[in-house]
Amino acid sequence: MTTETAAQFSVSFTRYIDADGHPTGPLPDFAAQAANLLPLYRAMVLTRAFDARAVALQRTGRLGTFASSLGQEAVGIGAASAMAPGDVLLPSFRDQSAQLWRGVTPLELLLYWGGDERGSDFAGPREDFPISVPVASHAPHAAGVALAFALRKEKRASVCILGDGATSKGDFYEALNMAGPWHLPMVMLVNNNQWAISVPRAAQTAAATLAQKAIAAGIPGEQVDGNDVVAVRDAVARALSRAREGGGATLVEAVTYRLSDHTTADDARRYRDDKAVTASWHGEPIARLRAYLVSQGTWSREDEEHALADATAAIDKATETYLATPPQPLAAMFDHLFAELPPSIRAQRTQALGGETPDA
Amino acid sequence: MPEIALVEAINLALARAMGEDASVIVLGEDVGRDGGVFRATDGLLARFGPERVLDTPLAEAAIAGISVGLAAQRFRPVAEIQFMGFAYSTIDQMLNQAARLRTRTRGRLTCPMVLRMPAGGGVHAPEHHSESGEACFTNIPGLRVVYPSSPKRAYGLLLAAIRDPDPVVFLEPTRLYRAAREDVADDGVALPLDRCFTLREGGDITLVGWGAIVRDMLAAADRLAAEGRQAEVIDVATLVPFDAASILASVARTGRCVICHEAPLTAGFGAEIAAQLAGPGLMSLLAPVERVTGWDTVMPLPRLEMQYIPGVERILAAARRSLRHG
Repeated sequence: MTTETAAQFSVSFTRYIDADGHPTGPLPDFAAQAANLLPLYRAMVLTRAFDARAVALQRTGRLGTFASSLGQEAVGIGAASAMAPGDVLLPSFRDQSAQLWRGVTPLELLLYWGGDERGSDFAGPREDFPISVPVASHAPHAAGVALAFALRKEKRASVCILGDGATSKGDFYEALNMAGPWHLPMVMLVNNNQWAISVPRAAQTAAATLAQKAIAAGIPGEQVDGNDVVAVRDAVARALSRAREGGGATLVEAVTYRLSDHTTADDARRYRDDKAVTASWHGEPIARLRAYLVSQGTWSREDEEHALADATAAIDKATETYLATPPQPLAAMFDHLFAELPPSIRAQRTQALGGETPDA
Repeated sequence: MPEIALVEAINLALARAMGEDASVIVLGEDVGRDGGVFRATDGLLARFGPERVLDTPLAEAAIAGISVGLAAQRFRPVAEIQFMGFAYSTIDQMLNQAARLRTRTRGRLTCPMVLRMPAGGGVHAPEHHSESGEACFTNIPGLRVVYPSSPKRAYGLLLAAIRDPDPVVFLEPTRLYRAAREDVADDGVALPLDRCFTLREGGDITLVGWGAIVRDMLAAADRLAAEGRQAEVIDVATLVPFDAASILASVARTGRCVICHEAPLTAGFGAEIAAQLAGPGLMSLLAPVERVTGWDTVMPLPRLEMQYIPGVERILAAARRSLRHG
């Protein structure tokens, strides 16, 4: 008998700014000037303000169930800020940060979560997908979008964001696997926030990292500090650049923590210790980047007040418009079902609108 | 105009659609070098190349899922599932995603894809290769379900399905892949979706069905004619959206109806037709509506399959029962 090593792998973990806001070494080029990080910081502040408002609206009966991204703002902002406008985002239901960066408006997000499909008819990123509610079901769409880019020889890529729970699903594996032999220009970004509703990361899989799931698919996988927006952006930017050059797909696992309940319909105190949550506030992405910016002399208390006031004003305006937006007419249910409504369903439309009961 | 088999008509339609529209691509398991396990995609790889005929990894849910992504990016993917028994893992993609993309985005993104697959039994195939699961797809709003029963209709309806701007599940009767042969003109003319086809006119009784059983319905109509009774034979062809009007009009003339399908009875699509006849069609009826279907059992292995699949005799018996009324 002979036994030798058939293959060997390792998974890296990258962090540029630590939990206290101290750089761990030189920052990547895009972050070399601290001022270049200001738009990322402001976008994270906007996201947090949006989430707080959405939760408040839900608590007062003016919005449907909502999934806050509290503590995970760096994941979406890091990823979206690395993308080109022509790339396509396929978000899950906790990716409002990435959507806002991409040009989905707070009003559209409120409309969607308030129960109005027009919220997914984005005026901005027209090719971005609506959020995926069935977990991981958008992973193969990202592969399909990437395949379309590859077939058309376009230097574009798809970015799919999904959670740690999604990596247990078949759709995730099937899409990841297809990306390998087809060298698809796709980035799978896992927001590992440690919780799939009540199921902790350790109960989700025995794998030491989620990034290593890429290894079986034959594509690169790496782990980054998901609370470090510089690390997330750097990893996604490298993955996108490789994807556009024909180098295929990458899996990036962003390690973060869900500081909020799963959604407004959830009460996380039923299944997790408040102490662990409190401890996880240390190193959260906004305080971390703010500490760094302040240490670099590029951010002041007045800047902070202005950023918060700007975010609040934008969200106030969106909220006002959202609350004043009447529901779609009933006919909207029918009018987007097919390119042209077939006769049989036309009769149902007439009936729904109060017309004659159809003969057939 | 050559006489060709149904599976060759599928191949002809695929080649025609690919030739006329560069956005049409074919994908699935073994569709490329092997030309498909039933040879439906035979020759397409050689003619259109590996960027338009893609052998996928073995992953049905992702075959449907990447088709959604491709379709949203303005391709027209025609995905093959090898057998209907393997299509059930695509239902999440078809129901939650493909059928809803237009609605969810108010028309911003659309999903012009076709998911085609052989369906039904009668070819002595292994376990899980012979089921008739069309009813799993017919209760999904936003999806078309098409099930032709002859080479001509397979050609014309597949062209229509590929050209349609919305997702279509296209079922192909396995039993007729080679058995059904007729002259098919490769003229690129599509047949209308959302419409039934009256294959034979008759004033005494209406036989309505889809898929392979339509051939048995036609044979039964011949036998009834020999008995002096004229049967009207309707191939539903597009199950959803359902052309109830054509069937109601026929039954308004005949007063009698036998609904035939290979799928199980309970909550089969025939129940929808029966409900239409019990509603707007009620006053036309001279006899109870008959349903001739597969049993509400698990599809048996090949030794018993022809005792599961309803044949001419069961259709005839039901028709005679109906004709004895009134």
